[in-house]
Amino acid sequence: MAQKAGKKEKIPRQGMPEQKPEVRRRNFKEVPLGYTRELAMKEAERCLQCKKPSCMEDCPVSVDIPGFIKFIKEGDFSGAIHKIWEKNALPAVCGRVCPQEMQCEGNCILGKKGEPVAIGNLERFVADYERENGKGDIPEKVERTGKRVAVVGSGPSGLTVAGDLVLKGHDVTIFEAFHKPGGVLVYGIPEFRLPKDIVYSEVKTLEKLGVKLECNNVVGRSVSVDELFEQGYDAVYIGVGAGLPSFLNIPGENSIGVYSANEYLTRANLMKAYLFPEYDTPIARGKNVVVLGAGNVAMDSARTAMRLGADKVRIVYRRSRQEMPARSAEIHHAEEEGIEFYLLTAPTRFISDDAGRVISMECLKMELGEPDDSGRRRPIPIEGSEFELECDMAVIAVGAGANPLLTQSTEDIELSKWGYIIADPDTGKTTKKAVWAGGDIVSGQATVILAMGAGRKVSDSIDNYLKWGW
Amino acid sequence: MFEIVKRQEMADGTVVMNEISAPQIAKKAKPGQFVILKANETGERIPLTMADTDPEKGIITIIYQIVGKSTALFKSLKTGDCFQDVIGPLGKPTHLEKLGTVVCVGGGTGVAVMHPITRGLKELGNNVFAVIGARNKDLLILEDKMKAASNELYVCTDDGSYGHHGFVTDVLKDILEKEDVKLVVGIGPVPMMKFVCKVTAEYNVKTFVSLNAIMVDGTGMCGCCRVTVGGKTRFACVDGPEFEGHEVDFDELMQRLQAYKEEEAIAYEQFKNAGGL
Ligand SMILES: Cc1cc2nc3c(=O)[nH]c(=O)nc-3n(C[C@H](O)[C@H](O)[C@H](O)COP(=O)(O)OP(=O)(O)OC[C@H]3O[C@@H](n4cnc5c(N)ncnc54)[C@H](O)[C@@H]3O)c2cc1C
Ligand SMILES: Cc1cc2nc3c(=O)[nH]c(=O)nc-3n(C[C@H](O)[C@H](O)[C@H](O)COP(=O)(O)OP(=O)(O)OC[C@H]3O[C@@H](n4cnc5c(N)ncnc54)[C@H](O)[C@@H]3O)c2cc1C
Ligand code: SF4
Ligand code: SF4
Ligand code: FES
Repeated sequence: MAQKAGKKEKIPRQGMPEQKPEVRRRNFKEVPLGYTRELAMKEAERCLQCKKPSCMEDCPVSVDIPGFIKFIKEGDFSGAIHKIWEKNALPAVCGRVCPQEMQCEGNCILGKKGEPVAIGNLERFVADYERENGKGDIPEKVERTGKRVAVVGSGPSGLTVAGDLVLKGHDVTIFEAFHKPGGVLVYGIPEFRLPKDIVYSEVKTLEKLGVKLECNNVVGRSVSVDELFEQGYDAVYIGVGAGLPSFLNIPGENSIGVYSANEYLTRANLMKAYLFPEYDTPIARGKNVVVLGAGNVAMDSARTAMRLGADKVRIVYRRSRQEMPARSAEIHHAEEEGIEFYLLTAPTRFISDDAGRVISMECLKMELGEPDDSGRRRPIPIEGSEFELECDMAVIAVGAGANPLLTQSTEDIELSKWGYIIADPDTGKTTKKAVWAGGDIVSGQATVILAMGAGRKVSDSIDNYLKWGW
Repeated sequence: MFEIVKRQEMADGTVVMNEISAPQIAKKAKPGQFVILKANETGERIPLTMADTDPEKGIITIIYQIVGKSTALFKSLKTGDCFQDVIGPLGKPTHLEKLGTVVCVGGGTGVAVMHPITRGLKELGNNVFAVIGARNKDLLILEDKMKAASNELYVCTDDGSYGHHGFVTDVLKDILEKEDVKLVVGIGPVPMMKFVCKVTAEYNVKTFVSLNAIMVDGTGMCGCCRVTVGGKTRFACVDGPEFEGHEVDFDELMQRLQAYKEEEAIAYEQFKNAGGL
């Protein structure tokens, strides 16, 4: 492959066709429409097939990026998907939601001078192509070991562990608290960014492989971890995510119309409240909405509010644009859809009417001071800068914590001072025998691919344990 | 799927009892805990307290009042029909202990919630007064069961059609005057619980109430059910549903229960027009 870089760079990065902002801001259909075969092959052409691919260094699960792109270039999409599957079981999801600019694409050599290869878009293309046109072949069943593993939580980390271990011959049952599997992929990330059918089709594949799924099972209440061992499970994996909503703890926060992002997004996505009254769960349709925070969760909330008919949606963030943690694609999409940004602004209280409904939010202006522990410049309130922002709905999207429901009911699992499970970084082992943990409940809210990476490590460790002991 | 094995209408058809096959939940549940039920694919997640459980037969009992679309939809389910999802047991169980004389005050469908708690308190050797109330005689539920579960039962109706004419709080006051009451448990409509707490505060008697905040997941992940207790925000689904009554901000709870008033009316109207109950 000794072609010159100069020649290749002439092909510009192939954008993905999208729904127009004026149209999509009022519907829940997916925003980017996907590559055609031709666009994908053209984009694949751009990859230099580096001998030492720097892109791979920053993919948390080390997908063989030049490897799968080469197959696309040759039009062998089946070859491409098998290459990806070696490392990543949920490419249709990762292609859509990985923060590529900070991972694979952020370290692509082409990005040094121009635009990086659209690795995420290509990954998404092959996964979608396989789902729609593939033969749906699944790996052959291996000999059963007779060992039983309980996976608690069906988010990306739990699904990864379940898939890996069933392929290694163990009997796997997933216990999920909600009535549907998928974790944040289903209750958090909206349909317009990640269609739910894609997640369910991934779960179906696992079921075909033999994974059992027990929804409506709140481990810690319906059944305890120790009872799982009594029922004959040999190992337990805890992947319950970081599902505790953070509030601001400011006056007026319990006014009607002030939501945690978890509640707002769960109503909209899992309960399909955007289809009310066809679906029974209601949701407020604010006309003048503020969203506190500037991560993916905040962008998802703001864009959902816009789709539910808001006239005005404002992201209120106490730092500056540079520090906004959301995927850059989502910030861009949000802006295109008419979401406004109120930066360097922090809320101090909510004001409500006599019926207890929120009518405005009092704020303070901020300025940036010295960098804090996270390396980002610390916002400092400007004295006397109070002002009021009118609003009839607010969504608080300032992070999430560890839900203590399971951990409080389980002895011998050591926790950090914030309530996250302490697990060995190499194996995911907790301080309790035969119990592993991974994903957001160990790392704090991170990313889909990191949760999957953690799951991968854990499944190797569980497999070793089932063969050789603790 | 969770099958309804027995069904009975009560209080003139405004309240329905379902016995549901849910062996795993029946085995684990304790008095005061609740389940979340979803009737079908498009349904809402509705929290209801278990009024009884039979671990041997694997059955849980719910008793619910028809107040809107979802409970009307539940009412339309017949014996042999199934709830698509039942999740539980959720919430903290009632802390039951031997204290001496206790009073259990139940209003409306709160009587159903109160029944297992009353029985549990009596089984522990407490001297249990039960006071139950309804708007009129026809709406009264579980009189016999409450009689059996308590040492002494008082019945009140708002209109005087049966038992004591007046509110449960009047009877409660009489008991508090005469007896050395160690604990009052009050479960019913929010205004009733508020007034029970007002009365018991005058007598300085510890009081527990069960808060029916609006919920979604019931596992502490959404914060929808937040209530203010002792000046602090708590989640009714995991920190409760029972709380120390004198600390509860009932006015905030009443307001928050109105959050979806408009939507609820639309949904109920549509359901009725479409031939629902
Ligand atoms: C709105 C939103 C947008 C996001 N956007 C992105 C993005 O664009 N890109 C990205 O990479 N990351 C994104 N993230 C983060 C990413 O989704 C998470 O890091 C990832 O899902 C964590 O996976 P997990 O498997 O650890 O847990 P989760 O996905 O949180 O799944 C945990 C599962 O466990 C279940 N559970 C919890 N407690 C119990 C119990 N006691 N018993 C049984 N089951 C239980 C939960 O119901 C849930 O289904 C986003 C997160 C949110 C909330
Ligand atoms: C822990 C708990 C235990 C309960 N136990 C019982 C019981 O044993 N028997 C009984 O009759 N009722 C009980 N309730 C109340 C019951 O959940 C509501 O009556 C029911 O949700 C109403 O739904 P709907 O669609 O029929 O009425 P809607 O038209 O939706 O609402 C009517 C009223 O119910 C309240 N409500 C609506 N949705 C919810 C929700 N998701 N969660 C809680 N309240 C809601 C509203 O504030 C409104 O005032 C309990 C509530 C909680 C939180
Ligand atoms: S898994 Fe994510 S980081 Fe890795 S190559 Fe795919 S999109 Fe990039
Ligand atoms: S660094 Fe960029 S050009 Fe090189 S192999 Fe990776 S994607 Fe291709
Ligand atoms: S119902 Fe969601 S936190 Fe209580």
